Amino acid sequence: MRSNTSPYAWWKLLGFVLLIYAAIMGFLGNVPRLAILNETIRNLYFHVPMWFAMTLFLLIACVYSIIFLRTGDLKHDRISVEFTRTGMVFGVLGLLTGMMWAKFTWGTFWTKDPKLNAAAIAMLIYTAYMILRDAIADEDKKARITAVYNIFAFPAFMALIYIMPRLTDSLHPGNGGNPGFSAYDRNAEMNMIFYSAVIGFMLLGTWITTLRIRLRIWADKKDGLIIDSTQHAS
Amino acid sequence: MLLKKIYCILSMLVFTSISALAQQTESVDMADAFRADGKIYVVITVVTIILIGLLVYLISLDKKIGKMEKEYNEQN
Repeated sequence: MRSNTSPYAWWKLLGFVLLIYAAIMGFLGNVPRLAILNETIRNLYFHVPMWFAMTLFLLIACVYSIIFLRTGDLKHDRISVEFTRTGMVFGVLGLLTGMMWAKFTWGTFWTKDPKLNAAAIAMLIYTAYMILRDAIADEDKKARITAVYNIFAFPAFMALIYIMPRLTDSLHPGNGGNPGFSAYDRNAEMNMIFYSAVIGFMLLGTWITTLRIRLRIWADKKDGLIIDSTQHAS
Repeated sequence: MLLKKIYCILSMLVFTSISALAQQTESVDMADAFRADGKIYVVITVVTIILIGLLVYLISLDKKIGKMEKEYNEQN
């Protein structure tokens, strides 16, 4: 079994297999014929996984913030910040792809839809996290304060994206009394492609993040910020 | 068309259930002609090439970082 740091680790390649499957079948598979949506329903395979992946990365970041506060190991802080960063990249992609989709189905790039505004606010919360990190010079203090911030940011993000839009009126399926896609038009075939894309993008994002973490920790070791506890023999 | 054949076989392998949904309401505008022309396979090939390119690039990045880590560990 190859280790997780190998470029050919099974989950890295699986991610791409799933993405290629989703790309081929996403275009080729059958979709329901729905007015207004038309062929754009295929965006379901590419736009929605952005948010699923973002949520996973921010959850991992939140968990590692908690772990960091318990251990005080800067490595955990680095894992947390890099997952937050990847989460934000996926969030920006989700917003941009959503705007494109909205233009051709709802008629405008941006509406007063609570889910859109909530997503934008959530992005601002995490932007503030990044700015806060830059504002504190002391590494230990920076890691501690931003870990606490991150722990509070995640529940706020969840409430904004997943709970608030369901309470009010929203154009998004599954919100404000709208039935979700699954309720009437997501059949078994679509589900298979959709979840392949979701897992594929999650694995791709995780791979990119682990590369950033390894690079960051490598640099920190060089700077003497992180002392490797695994080597004492040499 | 070779591409068409390849994707035909691929989709046959992959498909376990083909829904009849697509035939139900023909009145809604879909890209039927685009599909009938076989031009959709061009799009799929382009997207697949991009994904494979990304994969190769990420593997090379991963290797590079692995090499840096190894070098550091050997030095210390």
